[in-house]
Amino acid sequence: MRSTGQDQQKYQTLWQRLHIDLPLLIGILCLMTLGLFVVYSAGGQEIDIVIRQAIRLGIALVVMFLVAQIPPLSYQKWAVPVFIIGLLLLIGVLLFGHIGKGAQRWLDLGFMKFQPSEIMKLVVPITVAWYLSQYNLPVKLPKIIIAFILVLLPTLLIAKQPDLGTSLLIACSGIFVIFLAGAGWKLIMICVGLASSFAPILWMFLMKDYQKQRVLTFLNPEQDPLGSGYHIIQSKIAIGSGGLNGKGWLQGTQSQLEFLPERHTDFIFAVFSEEFGLIGVALLLMVYLAIVMRGLWIAVHAQQAFTKLLAGSLTLTFFVYVFVNIGMVSGLLPVVGVPLPLVSYGGTSMVTLMAGFGLIMAVGTHRRFHA
Amino acid sequence: MHSRQRVAIRNHTAEANLFARRTFIAFLGVLVMLLILFSNIFDLEINSYDKYKTRANSNRIKLLPIAPNRGLIYDRNGVLLAENKAIYSLEVIPEDVKDIKTALLEISSLLEISKEKQQKLLKSLRSKRRFKPLELDSRLSDQQVALFSVNKHKFPGFFIDARLKRYYPFADLTTHSLGYVARINRRDAIKLEEQDLSDNYAATRNIGKLGLEKYYESILHGTIGHQEVEINNQGRIIRTLSYAPPIPGKDITLTLDIELQMIAKRALSGKRGTVVALDPRNGDVLAMYSNPSFDGNLFVHGISSKNYKKILNSKDLPLINRAVQGYPPASTVKPLLALLGLEKQAITKKSRVYDPGWYQLKGIKHKYRDWEPRGHGWVNLNKAIEQSCNVYFYQLAVKLGIDNITNMMERFGFGDYTGIDIYEESRAILPGREMKRVRYNKPWYTGDTISIGIGQGYWTTTPLQLAQAISILANKGEIKVPHLLKSTTELQVITDDETGISSSTSVTNELDYVEKPPIILDQPENWDLVLDAMHNTAQKKGATAYNVFKGSKYDAAGKTGTAQLVGKKQDEKYDAKLVKERQRHNAMFVSFAPYENPEIVVAVAVENVIKGGGGTNAGPVARQIMDQYFGNREIISKDISRHPQHDNIYGVNKKKSRQN
Repeated sequence: MRSTGQDQQKYQTLWQRLHIDLPLLIGILCLMTLGLFVVYSAGGQEIDIVIRQAIRLGIALVVMFLVAQIPPLSYQKWAVPVFIIGLLLLIGVLLFGHIGKGAQRWLDLGFMKFQPSEIMKLVVPITVAWYLSQYNLPVKLPKIIIAFILVLLPTLLIAKQPDLGTSLLIACSGIFVIFLAGAGWKLIMICVGLASSFAPILWMFLMKDYQKQRVLTFLNPEQDPLGSGYHIIQSKIAIGSGGLNGKGWLQGTQSQLEFLPERHTDFIFAVFSEEFGLIGVALLLMVYLAIVMRGLWIAVHAQQAFTKLLAGSLTLTFFVYVFVNIGMVSGLLPVVGVPLPLVSYGGTSMVTLMAGFGLIMAVGTHRRFHA
Repeated sequence: MHSRQRVAIRNHTAEANLFARRTFIAFLGVLVMLLILFSNIFDLEINSYDKYKTRANSNRIKLLPIAPNRGLIYDRNGVLLAENKAIYSLEVIPEDVKDIKTALLEISSLLEISKEKQQKLLKSLRSKRRFKPLELDSRLSDQQVALFSVNKHKFPGFFIDARLKRYYPFADLTTHSLGYVARINRRDAIKLEEQDLSDNYAATRNIGKLGLEKYYESILHGTIGHQEVEINNQGRIIRTLSYAPPIPGKDITLTLDIELQMIAKRALSGKRGTVVALDPRNGDVLAMYSNPSFDGNLFVHGISSKNYKKILNSKDLPLINRAVQGYPPASTVKPLLALLGLEKQAITKKSRVYDPGWYQLKGIKHKYRDWEPRGHGWVNLNKAIEQSCNVYFYQLAVKLGIDNITNMMERFGFGDYTGIDIYEESRAILPGREMKRVRYNKPWYTGDTISIGIGQGYWTTTPLQLAQAISILANKGEIKVPHLLKSTTELQVITDDETGISSSTSVTNELDYVEKPPIILDQPENWDLVLDAMHNTAQKKGATAYNVFKGSKYDAAGKTGTAQLVGKKQDEKYDAKLVKERQRHNAMFVSFAPYENPEIVVAVAVENVIKGGGGTNAGPVARQIMDQYFGNREIISKDISRHPQHDNIYGVNKKKSRQN
């Protein structure tokens, strides 16, 4: 027993030296492997898609590994300038951005195109965490207002692109920091009130027609079953027809016969539910829960306010991905373009997400040197 | 620097506790959210499973209806009267053709397909899915089919599709009884909907519109089959899941004898008129032909408006089935009135009436003329029928009164549908007080009864009703409902329990017909008195129908009739040449044979004859029918199978399929 314990100690130490949090990595790898299988099924059973996805996953893992090597406290120094650059880039996108799928999200740098909003997914929580961690917790009102402004600026700029999904995630990442920093409950209530009064403004001035249509469709998808309601109806049919055990891998009729749109990207959860049923869904949700629990565990055990806030916020934002995606695919939420993290086919958001996990791992593994 | 100082004085434990609390709350939030997600998916996958499973299946599973083959129609001797002939259409699946425009030009020049058809295809090319077949030519000739088959390899994506189309090899000869099928229109569709038959007709293009095709639609049509296929979101068929073959409609055999039909057509050629031949023993309609007729085949594929106008506007009214339209029966009903007279004891066999050539009601000046201006002198029952004496029947009708006549003639089937199995039948008009009150809102006058005595006035009967009435008479009261359907035949699949091998055999069902109670007379010998008189009419030299059956090998009985269509003024002479063609007399004739144990009753009507009456114009038609029937056959079945219009391809195929 003792020797095993010692081995384990050594073992853990090895992973720690690599700045890898093993439980988190296992959870991530579980989802990635599962994702490859579902992408194969959803992508018309073409191995090419799987290979491309695997390459992306590999890159994302490398990015995670590299990010994990950087001591998290060093981000504090860079937070403000990077945040400002990020804001400028977002403004740049609005002015000179590359238009794709009805939205301006891309900035063409000549040698590569990239989405500044992706970087902001990390920069915003870092910046807000940096700002709030300078003060005693729980945070007090004037600081909270400034923190809010830090969140709101990039959120609005991204919403204007328009990219509702990303702006929502970024807003969440910042708000989570404020919440974890101990914002008063009274204030939280007021904010909720303000946010709901903000909704009509959002509707009237910020949302584009197609987004409004999505919300209307969400409220009543059967109203236009062949048009805008088609996605969500077909998705619900796919999920519902999966039943308890599912139709089996590669056997989902909704996905294999292409009734389900966006099968291997945003709606991949529907494919998964159709083929693996409620049991599969339960297992999947448990893996996500495990990852969230591990992330929060790391956050609670982090030793600086900055790292606590950062790891906590990133973990909760990760869960928002899961909730928004599954919620939208199963008809609980309107359709916003949020992929199912680590499972959906697609590159950019995957890399950001894994960089986020790199950050969390850094928080978990670097504490010794900064204690 | 500033911030570092602040950090230094922080209460780390309190902050850690605060953070842990907040994290725990957030974690609870995560759990609640997960629960919401899970319960929603639980609801979808467990509670609503059946609903969504059904919807998923209805997404992917399509039932392709397969039309059943329509039952064939044979005459009583097995001659095919209505068949399903293959027609060939040239179709193309656009996605299988590399350069459709070039291919279209090449194939069109090879098969000589018109520019319009090419253009139509190119037009539909834009709107239709590329893997669905498009029709280039809906009717290929045999030559085009052969030409394409040889060159098929040059035109990938093009193929020939065969469909069955109704075909009536005897064309106009059978149209009035068989009717025809034509494209299901909106009204038909509504009717099918009401009868809850829409599903069964999902793949059917044509429906019976007239005659037997309409009457026996439910027997002939059959039951739809289905192919269950899996499709993708584009509607492309991925695979077949199951196949339920259609059940073909039953074949039907008619009582008609196509040979008699041919004789009837020949005998009536150049005339407007009709023949009905019944077998009085069972009500079989042996022949029913109305001249002029029209070709039902024209309607099957959709008749051109030019052709339709031609038929519709023809003065000879070919669309009308004269066999079931009302004509004044004229003297052909005299035997029936005589029977009634005997039964009511208004006359006896021996009682006599003096015929001076006219009849007058007491106190009324108007003279009712006999057809024989000089009169027939003293007339008894026999002479009255043989010579068709009008005065005898004028006074008999008056003596009987209209109510007696109405009642008795109703029992002979006048004024009502005979019940023959086509819908086009008219009830014609049986005169009576009630009828006159309803139709004209006038009371019945004795004067009205007088013309009823000679089968005129308000009285009209269809030739079919006449034939039925004579059948009843010849049967001495027994009523057989006339019918065209003799039997139905269907394939029955029998599976051997031991071997599991199934074989199909055709099963013929003879039909039972509606029974009507017979007419029973108080003095049954009255039947013989009247029948004897009719026999004499045909057999006694000098009688009105003597010339009709002179020299025949069978023993016939008959009665002539000549109906005048316009009233004559007193003492006005009738001269056919001076009267407008459509107002000339109609010639009527009824007959049966053999006199003992009658086998055939023939009723004939010929419209607007120039010279003579029933005996000279309608009689010969009946004679030719009977000659044919009694074996002096001019047309025999062997010839019919070599009938130029008769294409027996289907018959051959059918035999093959029966062997399987």
